[in-house]
Amino acid sequence: MLDVKTLTARYGRAQILSDVTLSVGENEVVALLGRNGAGKSTTIKSVMGLVQHVSGQVTYDGQAILGRASHMICRAGLGYVPEERRIFGELTVEENLEVGRREPRADAPEWTFEHLFELFPNLAERRRNLGKQLSGGEQQMLTIARTLMGNPRLVLLDEPSEGIAPVIVEQMATIIGELKREGLSVLISEQNLHFARIVSDRAYIIEKGQMRYEGSFAHLDAHPDISTRYLAV
Amino acid sequence: MGFYLAQLLTGLANASSLFLIASGLSIIFGVTRIVNFAHGSFYMVGAYLAYSLVTWLDGGILGFWFSIVLAALLVGVIGLVVELIILRRIYHAPELFQLVATFGVVLIVQDATLAIWGAEDLLGPRAPGLDSAVRILGEPIPEYDLALIAIGPAVLLAIWLVFHRTRWGVLVRAATQDREMVGALGVNQAWLFSATFILGSFLAGLGGALQIPREAVSLQMDLSIIGEAFVVTVIGGMGSVSGAFIAAVLISVLNAFAILIFPQISIVLPFVVMAVVLIVRPYGIFGRPGSEHGGTEDPDQPLRLLSGKGAMMLAAAVMALALSPVFVADFTMILLVDVMVATLFAVSLHFMMGVGGMVSFGHAAYFGVGAYAAAMAVKLLGLGMIPAMLLAPFGAALAALFFGWFCVRLSGVYLAMLTLAAAQILWGVTFQWQDVTGGDDGILGVWPAAWASSDRVYFYIAFALCIGGIWALRRAAHSPFGYVLRGVRDSRIRAEAIGVDTRFHQWMGFTVAGAFAGLAGVVFAFSKGSVFPDALGIAQSIDGLIMVLLGGIHALAGPILGAAAFVLIEDWVTRLDYWRVIFGGIILVIVLLAPDGIAGGVNRLMRLLRRDAA
Ligand SMILES: Nc1ncnc2c1ncn2[C@@H]1O[C@H](COP(=O)(O)OP(=O)(O)OP(=O)(O)O)[C@@H](O)[C@H]1O
Ligand SMILES: [Mg+2]
Repeated sequence: MLDVKTLTARYGRAQILSDVTLSVGENEVVALLGRNGAGKSTTIKSVMGLVQHVSGQVTYDGQAILGRASHMICRAGLGYVPEERRIFGELTVEENLEVGRREPRADAPEWTFEHLFELFPNLAERRRNLGKQLSGGEQQMLTIARTLMGNPRLVLLDEPSEGIAPVIVEQMATIIGELKREGLSVLISEQNLHFARIVSDRAYIIEKGQMRYEGSFAHLDAHPDISTRYLAV
Repeated sequence: MGFYLAQLLTGLANASSLFLIASGLSIIFGVTRIVNFAHGSFYMVGAYLAYSLVTWLDGGILGFWFSIVLAALLVGVIGLVVELIILRRIYHAPELFQLVATFGVVLIVQDATLAIWGAEDLLGPRAPGLDSAVRILGEPIPEYDLALIAIGPAVLLAIWLVFHRTRWGVLVRAATQDREMVGALGVNQAWLFSATFILGSFLAGLGGALQIPREAVSLQMDLSIIGEAFVVTVIGGMGSVSGAFIAAVLISVLNAFAILIFPQISIVLPFVVMAVVLIVRPYGIFGRPGSEHGGTEDPDQPLRLLSGKGAMMLAAAVMALALSPVFVADFTMILLVDVMVATLFAVSLHFMMGVGGMVSFGHAAYFGVGAYAAAMAVKLLGLGMIPAMLLAPFGAALAALFFGWFCVRLSGVYLAMLTLAAAQILWGVTFQWQDVTGGDDGILGVWPAAWASSDRVYFYIAFALCIGGIWALRRAAHSPFGYVLRGVRDSRIRAEAIGVDTRFHQWMGFTVAGAFAGLAGVVFAFSKGSVFPDALGIAQSIDGLIMVLLGGIHALAGPILGAAAFVLIEDWVTRLDYWRVIFGGIILVIVLLAPDGIAGGVNRLMRLLRRDAA
């Protein structure tokens, strides 16, 4: 469904990604693992059209999307959940969701305010609060809910477990399971191998902007040297 | 009592018009991050259009208000056209480019207005039905003022409703915080920006149209309002409509009472209030630091050192300049002095922006202080030329030291605005303080000493001071101090982490830039024999920005090429009738087609040639 081939990206003069290749299948949850600064976010942003200098091939559903404006990529069915959350702090929870709202599409489940408030009960209680008044965990929920309002088929989830309490991380795992059940695909960037293993079907490991591993978690467990080399800090 | 109430009401009526224009500016800045100098032009065109429509329709109360709204709508359309043709292409450009581009629009609109409506001020009709005064506590209050007092809050309410009750408004508010994220959520930013521009220019047009019963419609309306509109926007917090309202009321009411005590204060008061507010609240009353997401992502390139060949070419150019008095005519020598003055001024501004990372909208302040200090040293202290020349740059340095202390507390566009405020305060003081500065009449008879009075001798004095100054600034840029300054520019956090006192370095950088701008002012004063408040004006500041941009900000040679090109183009073009259109057009072409300036263009050309040769 999503195919990334020989993707390179740079910021100014610094080359950040070289020849990154990965793919996400229909209704699959795929983890993109790597240390701080490995290039996970840059990969996701490049796919989403948020990095200026990119080259290579990115196809989604057979259409080449690299170089398109990010709103067109979103409209094609990709949902982006940024790692810094980027909640609109001066907007209420409902208004935040309204910004993300798009027309329903035939090939993806439709999300409504009610449905999302069921999935995220904390948000329901705080629907009239400003985004900046939410706790970190609630903001993380809101940023996911906001993206779901666009009825995506594939969600790019950048480090959802970063900087939130363990209870919320568990909740997050449940939500990702829910997305899969709804038929969505997810590409999730993670540093936390434990969390990634719970939620995803298979893994990639990126290091210094290059893909180092592609395969199952079982294989990773059987060869601990791989994770030591590329993931341990 | 009645008198004070009347004063208050006048203040509030003024606040309404000010709010209309400032709110538009604020909305546009909030979403697009463009500091739109052309906003004053939209205001002016709104007034002209309303004048024409009202006189043409001549249809009583209904016709009057219909004309006002129609004029504002037309301005909205003009705003859309400007956005589509010009601004759309420069959303990712650095602030400097955007500012200069919108200034190009100002010039073009000025000449277009002149061509359509002529140079005469136009006196609009009174508003039918609101053309008399009512007595409140014995004081006559124009009915129209009361209408304005009601219109301001009504528009505020309308904007509030649009922003909170419509999807479009929610998107605008979201984009004000993080426009890139809004795009990633599927919203077409281009469309959002255009719509925002229509609304913003509509409000400016409305503000202008509503002015016609109160003041004559003139070609000066654009630049006379824009300074105040900026101030109101900045005080309120850029992007905040309610902030703009409060700031407009604050400024206008303060002004209405302050002029009772000190009639000259009008010109400087808004800028003083702004300076105070920014120091207490660096982002204005309701402002917040905006997200930097989606801004320009390329870090500034390092300043290139001159290559061996480049250095030789520069040396050759300086030699040619040094020998030029032998073979050129006198008037060319005078022009060359202008070029040298402009070059030193541009290099000092480039030092501040390119090296120090501080964009200044008011660099002329220090140029002007230098010029005035020299003139006053001669006229008031009776000093000779040489002592005056040596002393005056210190005057500019002192001014820069004083204002710089405030400015370096801010960054980005707010810093730029504060430099503008500083320049406007100094300009206001110069303009008003008749006894010392001569006010509007300036200071005349600032001629070089007798031995230096021939054009040739003065040329060499100017040569020594300007080339010496440029050389000194270059040295400073490559001294350890210059490296630290650039480090601060590129990453303040990193510089702080290794223990650099970033603010202090920027402050000193500001002062050095100011001192050398002052030196340019000194040479200027003696070459012209007089100084006028224009030397500190907005136009002079913008000239400096255009020179830096014209040359290319990333190259050392940029400001030198830019200043030379600027003076020569200006010398040629201002002889023509509609020179503003031409000049504005040149600016736009450069911003849109050659954003790396002449130096960048030359560089690219060289590379191309070399590739072809290889
Ligand atoms: N806007 C930018 N400008 C310049 N360099 C950047 C920018 N964003 C990221 N980088 C650099 O690109 C590299 C990869 O960053 P990226 O954010 O993709 O890493 P990551 O794998 O997501 O790390 P983390 O786990 O910390 O989020 C890093 O070295 C980072 O410093
Ligand atoms: Mg990341």
